[in-house]
Amino acid sequence: MNTKKLIGNIVRYGLYALVIIFFIWAIQNQYFNNIFSQSSTFIVLLTQHIQLVLVSSILAVAISVPAGIIITRQRFRRAEWLVSNTVNFGQTIPSLAVLALMISILGIGFKTAVFALFIYSLLPIYRNTVAGIDSIDEDLIDAAKGMGMKPSQILFRIELPNAAYSILAGIRTAVVLNIGTAALAYVVGGGGLGVWIFTGIQLFDNGYLISGAVPVTLMAIMADYILRGVEHIVVPKGTRRSQSAET
Amino acid sequence: MITFDHTTKTYEGGVTAVNNVDFTVEEGSIVVLLGPSGCGKTTLLRMVNRLESITDGRIIIDGQNSMELNQIELRRKIGYVIQSNGLFPNMTIEENVMIVPDLLGWSKKEKRDRFHTLMELIGLNPKEYRKRYPHELSGGQQQRIGVVRALAADPPVMLMDEPFGALDPIIREKIQEEFLQIQREVKKTILFVSHDIDEAIKMADKIVLLRGGEIMQFDTPSEMLAHPKNDFVVQFFGKDRAIRSLSLHTVKDLQDNIGLVDFDETIHDTKTININQDLRNTLSMLMNQEADQVIVTDNNDHKLGAVTIDLVQKYLHFEIKGKPAASQKG
Ligand SMILES: Nc1ncnc2c1ncn2[C@@H]1O[C@H](COP(=O)(O)OP(=O)(O)O)[C@@H](O)[C@H]1O
Ligand SMILES: [Mg+2]
Repeated sequence: MNTKKLIGNIVRYGLYALVIIFFIWAIQNQYFNNIFSQSSTFIVLLTQHIQLVLVSSILAVAISVPAGIIITRQRFRRAEWLVSNTVNFGQTIPSLAVLALMISILGIGFKTAVFALFIYSLLPIYRNTVAGIDSIDEDLIDAAKGMGMKPSQILFRIELPNAAYSILAGIRTAVVLNIGTAALAYVVGGGGLGVWIFTGIQLFDNGYLISGAVPVTLMAIMADYILRGVEHIVVPKGTRRSQSAET
Repeated sequence: MITFDHTTKTYEGGVTAVNNVDFTVEEGSIVVLLGPSGCGKTTLLRMVNRLESITDGRIIIDGQNSMELNQIELRRKIGYVIQSNGLFPNMTIEENVMIVPDLLGWSKKEKRDRFHTLMELIGLNPKEYRKRYPHELSGGQQQRIGVVRALAADPPVMLMDEPFGALDPIIREKIQEEFLQIQREVKKTILFVSHDIDEAIKMADKIVLLRGGEIMQFDTPSEMLAHPKNDFVVQFFGKDRAIRSLSLHTVKDLQDNIGLVDFDETIHDTKTININQDLRNTLSMLMNQEADQVIVTDNNDHKLGAVTIDLVQKYLHFEIKGKPAASQKG
C-alpha cells in the first residue's frame, strides 16, 4: 500500500468515526425527536423536498439532454459557443438576482423554487451531454457512416451509448447538488426540509436544525447511490473500463 | 468494378485534393493507392462511398454512377476498413461484426452462422470472442475484426484506408498474408490505401501512384518497378527499386527461368529455404550468413538444389531488367 492510499484511508475512517460520534451525540441529546414528535409535519416537508428535487431535475434533464444532442449535430455545431455561453452566463447570475426576478414573475412559492432549482441543474447536465458526445472518437462516427448507418442510428446506437457514462454523471451531480440546494426553497416559500433547518438556525435550536439537515444529507447520499446503480445498468459494459480509468 | 472518370475533388478552402483522376479497379482485383502523405489517397477512397462529395467527374461502381445511387444503400454494399479499426466500444465483437447484416435486417440465425464463418476465416474462436468487447482484444485482433466486419454482408467492393498501418511490422506482415489468403477465396474488388511501398508491392494487382492529387503512374507493381514513367516514380521507389522488385518473384520463378545450382554437401552451416519463398527474403538470408549458398527445398523438404547471390543477381538482370545476363560471368 502506498502513502497516498494510506492517507486516503486514514481520512476516510476518520470521517466515519466523526459521523458516528455525531450521531451518538445527536441521539443522546434527543435532537432527532422532532421527526417523531411532529411526524406528520416531517412527512409533509419531506414530500415537498422530494417534489422540488424531482420536478426540477426531470425538467432539467428533459431540456438539457436534448439540447446537448441537438447542439452536437453537424448542422448546429456553429451555434455551440452561443448556447454554451448563454448557459454559462445563466450560471453566473447571482442566485438572489434570479430568485428576485422569479418572485416578481411567479410570486412566492413552489413554482419559483422549482424554477430556480431547474435553472441551476441545467448546466452540469448540458455540459456533460455535450462533452460525452464530443469525446467520441471521430473515426467511430466515420466508420458508422461508412457502413451505411443513418444519422438516427448513429445517435442511438453509437453516440448515446458511448456518451451514457458522461451524461449520467452529469445528471447525478446535478441531482445531488439539487437536493442540498432545495433546502434554500424555504427562502422563497417553497417549503421542504429547509423550513426546519432555517427555523433551527433562527432559534438556535439544534433539534430543528438536525431533524432537517440530517434527512437532507441522507437523501443526497441515497440519490448518489441509486444513480450510480442506474449507471451500472445503463452504461454499456464495453465502455465502462476506459471511463472508470479516467475518473 | 470501380471506374474513376475524370474525378476531381476540391475542398471548400480551395485545396484540390484529387485532380482529374482516371483509372479502373477490375472485378476481383486489388488496386493500391500509393503516395506521400497528403497526396489525396484518403480523399479519393472516401469519394467512392460518398463520405466526400465529388466536385467534378464521375465514379462508376458496377456500371452505375455512384451519385445516382441511394447513399445509405450504396455504403451498405461497400466494405469499409479504416486504420484505427473503428470498432464500437459499446458493442460486443459479434455485434460489431454483424452491424451491416443487422442494418440489412438479416435473421438471428443468418447472423450467427455468418459470424462463425467469418471468425473461422481469421482463425479466432467464435464462441470465445462473441461476447467480448473490443478493448479486451490485442491491436492485431481488433484490426482483423475490423476487416471481417467489412466483409460481413459479403459486399462486392471493399475500401481499405491504411488498414494495417497502425500495427507493428511482424504482425502487419502476418495479417497481410492472411488477408491475401482470404482475398484469394472471396475475390473482392478492393481499393486499398497505403503509404508503405513494400505493402503496396505485396498487396497490389495494380498500383496507382499519386502526387498532389494526380496520377503519376498506374501499373502493375513489377511494371512500375521495371519501367518507371517519370522522375517522381523513380525517386519515390528509391535506389533499392531492383531489390524491392525481388519480393515479387519466388525461388520457383528463378528455377523455372535460369535453373538452380547443385548444392554443396560439404558446407555445414547451410540453411534451407522453401521454393515458394520470395527472392527478397532469399537474398537477405544469403547476405546474413557465412555460407554462400542456401539449399532450396520443396514442400516435402526434398532438396532441389541451391541458390547463390550470383544466381539471384543473374535472375535480376535476366528477368526483371529484361536484359540478357551475357555481361555477367559466373
Ligand atoms: N476535410 C478537408 N478539408 C480541407 N482540406 C482537406 C480535407 N481533408 C483533406 N484535405 C486536404 O486534401 C489533401 C489530401 O488529403 P488526404 O486525402 O487526406 O491525403 P492522404 O490520405 O494521401 O494523406 C491534403 O492537402 C489535405 O490537407
Ligand atoms: Mg490518408
